[in-house]
Amino acid sequence: MSDIAIRVENLGKQYRIGAQSDDYPTLRDALTRAALYPFRVLRYGFPSQHETIWALRQVSFEVKQGEVLGIIGRNGAGKSTLLKILARVTEPSEGYAEIHGRVGALLEVGTGFHPELTGRENIYLNGAILGMKRAEIQKKFDEIVEFSGIEKFIDTPVKRYSSGMYLRLAFAVAAHLEPQILVVDEVLAVGDAEFQRKCLGKMSDVASQGRTVLFVSHNMSAILRLTQETIVLEGGRMLLRAPSSQAVDFYLSSGLSQSGEKRWQKQEIPAESYPFYPIALRIRNPQGKVVETVRSTEPIEVEVEYELASPIRGLRVGIYLLTPQGETLFTSFDTDDGEMYEKYSIRPAGHYLSRCLIPADLLNEGRYILGLNASVYRVKRYFHEPNALNFTVDSTGAPGKQWPEVRQGFFRPRLNWQIEKELYALEQA
Amino acid sequence: MRNSTALASKSHSDAIVIRPSQGWMPLNLQELWAFRELIYFLTWRDIKVRYKQTVLGAAWAVLQPLINMLVLTFIFGNLARLSTDNIPRPIFTFTALLPWGLFSKALADAGRSMLTNRSMITKVYFPRLIIPLSSVLGGLLDFVIQFFILVGMMTYYRILPTHAVWTLPFFVLLALVTALGFGLWLSALNVLYRDVGYILPFLTQIWMLVTPVAYSARTVPTEYQFFYALNPMVGVVEGFRWALLGARPPEVLTLTMSSLISLAVLLSGMYYFRRMERTFADMV
Repeated sequence: MSDIAIRVENLGKQYRIGAQSDDYPTLRDALTRAALYPFRVLRYGFPSQHETIWALRQVSFEVKQGEVLGIIGRNGAGKSTLLKILARVTEPSEGYAEIHGRVGALLEVGTGFHPELTGRENIYLNGAILGMKRAEIQKKFDEIVEFSGIEKFIDTPVKRYSSGMYLRLAFAVAAHLEPQILVVDEVLAVGDAEFQRKCLGKMSDVASQGRTVLFVSHNMSAILRLTQETIVLEGGRMLLRAPSSQAVDFYLSSGLSQSGEKRWQKQEIPAESYPFYPIALRIRNPQGKVVETVRSTEPIEVEVEYELASPIRGLRVGIYLLTPQGETLFTSFDTDDGEMYEKYSIRPAGHYLSRCLIPADLLNEGRYILGLNASVYRVKRYFHEPNALNFTVDSTGAPGKQWPEVRQGFFRPRLNWQIEKELYALEQA
Repeated sequence: MRNSTALASKSHSDAIVIRPSQGWMPLNLQELWAFRELIYFLTWRDIKVRYKQTVLGAAWAVLQPLINMLVLTFIFGNLARLSTDNIPRPIFTFTALLPWGLFSKALADAGRSMLTNRSMITKVYFPRLIIPLSSVLGGLLDFVIQFFILVGMMTYYRILPTHAVWTLPFFVLLALVTALGFGLWLSALNVLYRDVGYILPFLTQIWMLVTPVAYSARTVPTEYQFFYALNPMVGVVEGFRWALLGARPPEVLTLTMSSLISLAVLLSGMYYFRRMERTFADMV
């Protein structure tokens, strides 16, 4: 009994949704509704429940002291709601949870940071907000500054910081929080590779010190590296709790991983794109499922769906692949090939799908961005969106995974290495 | 190892239980006390940021009531000619503007506080009462600075404080309690209804007119005095003039009513705030 850190029983959270009743209700709405209430009751009877959704429902699990538990699921699966309830930011609508020990919740880094205040001032402020005592912050101050690596700017207002410096400082404070139970939401999804490596290092330190950690991430390799067991959430419900490698495998192969699709609404398409109307850009795994996370060891199918309202001569529809920092890795068009170029010199009106395969064993793990372009060379650019769709590449099973290190670079090709033992060198010895 | 057993035994005693709450909640003042350092840091942040963001910084604390004083002295002295009980009009007005400024700023800041601190409320747990509380306290430094100006003015007009000057902290407290009480109501309502943001400026404007800032409370006809005294700020302003300038003392009945009303608003505000607290993170 006493070694349980967190016990969750049938936890549920209901949110009200509705066309007008939720977001920013005004006094006027409340007054009119109150005034009209008797009439409404006469006409429709007493109101039934508001339209609601369950962001989380019937979730039960236990976490032992010192255990590191991962939580995965696509956006809207209820991960953040679960963490918010455990962090006591919001209340559950039903069920019960019990936490033994001081909880430190990192739902974001830099909560309460004020741009006008200096780095030094923000360390104190943020520390206090995260629940540290002033004496505690004072004691760790030098350590925090050193970890952040921004000693020189510690007395500069953080509004003059680059976003990288800001994140480093914010994470440095958070990393020096010493709760018995740490609840971490996707804080590692930000920042550059260097920063992420530092964060992961700190996280595994925390985990190895025997503290209890709940860790939400989209980064499957981080989940695999840091956690023993993982929970898969979907639609607010817990689908599975299993050893992490099993859970990650289940998650990736079940096609749960996020949408992987960008759809264009009519109003999003600029007038000058006529007669080219993009409908959707999606990526599929080899099983044909639209997924957000793909494996680096499998080919990735990219599909562009669009409509031509009238024929276009010399149209090319293509994609850009970009890094999150906005560097273009490559550009490719559906009529790059000479034969295709001849065949589609005039593309008639109609509904089209242009598909291509990004080969297996090309991309390294990480986030990538797909852009869309439809143009006629040197004549007109009909449509151009460099930031249409995000996706994640997971490198489970990729070459070199026996070493749990972060590989630099955007590519992770399976190169055909040969190792030859030079015989004559041996003879000489 | 010793550390870990200590952890285990400690954690057993302070298990946190999370379940849906219903109806009225206890105020939980011990927890507020446990978070006193956060109150301090948030108050400190509000003050620091305000002084950093403005070009004139702390000078605004001085300029604002001085300009108000000049305007009110001119209008009510030369145009409306309302009674000041034979006290020089500038210092008569300034003495009232001090607690009034403290109150109106605290009320406005507290009323908006839940929205301005939205990002914290949706990400970190702490007793939410801290937010309006620290924005009320944030006005105290301005008040202290202005108080020195008042001391200077009193020297200029050769006015000595009366022997009742020791009651001053009581009146300051009354102003703060009133501001916090109404501020709690407004801040919680502001999460539900954004209209509060629009109502606030009118509210403070009208409130100032029914507070004897630019005129003497004696100007108000006796038959209305009872209703007039329902405004706790009447007692506060009268008390300031009495303790510092030797004006006529406020009625005991007025003071008792002011205090009781303030306390009632504070208590109801705290309970209402606590009741609404569970929805803040979802609504704000």
